[in-house]
Amino acid sequence: MAARNKILLLDDDEQMLELYQALLEQLPSRPEVQVCSTGARAIAMLESEPFNMLITDLRMPKMDGLQVLAIVRRKFPELRIVVLTGLLDEEYRTRAYAQGVEMFWQKPATAEDIQLFQDCIESMLMRATHTQEGFRGVQSKSLVDLIQLECLSRNSSVLNVSRGGLHGKIWIQNGEIFDAATANLAGEEAFKEILSWKSGNFEIHPGDGSRERVIQNSYQGLLLDTAQAMDEAKTPVDATAELPAGVVTGLAALGRFEGVSFVLAIPPDPATPVDSWSLENPMDVANWARDAQARLARIGTSLRAGELQVAAGRGWHDSWALQAHELKGLLCVGFRPTLEPEEVDQTMKHVFDKWAS
Amino acid sequence: MGLINKIGPGRSGMQRLPSGAFTVDSQGNVVSSTVPQWVPEGLVAQIGQQIVAIFKGAEAARLPFRELRVQYEAFRITAREMRGGAIVFLSPKAAMDAIGPVS
Repeated sequence: MAARNKILLLDDDEQMLELYQALLEQLPSRPEVQVCSTGARAIAMLESEPFNMLITDLRMPKMDGLQVLAIVRRKFPELRIVVLTGLLDEEYRTRAYAQGVEMFWQKPATAEDIQLFQDCIESMLMRATHTQEGFRGVQSKSLVDLIQLECLSRNSSVLNVSRGGLHGKIWIQNGEIFDAATANLAGEEAFKEILSWKSGNFEIHPGDGSRERVIQNSYQGLLLDTAQAMDEAKTPVDATAELPAGVVTGLAALGRFEGVSFVLAIPPDPATPVDSWSLENPMDVANWARDAQARLARIGTSLRAGELQVAAGRGWHDSWALQAHELKGLLCVGFRPTLEPEEVDQTMKHVFDKWAS
Repeated sequence: MGLINKIGPGRSGMQRLPSGAFTVDSQGNVVSSTVPQWVPEGLVAQIGQQIVAIFKGAEAARLPFRELRVQYEAFRITAREMRGGAIVFLSPKAAMDAIGPVS
């Protein structure tokens, strides 16, 4: 049975999140829909677990949607991105498309709009399901295969290749590679760079007869040289590749506990920087946490209630828990609102033990 | 009295953990209370002020919340935000409560 598609929904409006989560969960493919209300949290969630699609609003406080898009496109080039916004601004639309979004939707206002939106998302998810490997449109074919096909067929074409925010062009004339270009490179260097991209999108356009031949090597020789260079490289050639899925370090590892929405480690020495995961304003929260811990400790002392063990808060959007470690300082952990207080306590215990160890 | 002082040298003020609830307004003033009379009023007010300050600080740090649960070794405090003030519940942990005065 195929794994369910996973969608991350980002919007600062909690009601919209609830509404669209419900709409998307009704899709025939029954995707798993997770929600978040800040850009920082969205990025942290994408780093923690794989998603097939990000649906994001554009106008948000702090990190706005375009900033999120810029980061996400660079870090997760294969993620499908849909913008869903109330903004009717052509400039925003253009900028969003320039960031590589696949669809720009105005928030649906009628039942027909909603149906259309659901149909489009379902269609994109189905395409994503069938094209997760290789370049879209040529399943299981590498770029090398594609170039070989063009050259063996003695075609004249211009191959436009993209991977996230990276773009490259390869000019083929009568089955020979004439030239290549990326944003910073040209000729053979650009060709090798493009071939180092392991996945992405391509478009084949009609040949450009006016392009002068810059690359003199035969296509066989070029492909051989490129393959050799890639083999010899000791570091991964694909510079855009992220850590393998599942490899998370530091506080991000604590974020993998079910229901955790942010983590903040506050060292005992105020001069030492705090460490945070998925929190937009770590310094504000750290200052508050220090103050709260001191106040609660004072209450404990006055009452002779014994050592302060843990404090936990339940909010409208998040819950949190705060616990002190003798040497490491304070750990403040945020939890999704779906967790009951008992679950918060249990999870906090596990998170704290892992952090303390 | 002298005997008690000998059992718990150096201790002053609270001899056992209070149980009860009280409300404070947004300024930290105690509005109503079911906390036993043997608990100094000043102490109840101090707890209320600290709790209200924690709620306010969280809001300023953009981490607003409506309920606070604090666990000490022998005591539990639950507080709910109430229009800028709070209602605060004080409860000794059951086992410790059965023992009686804190030693």
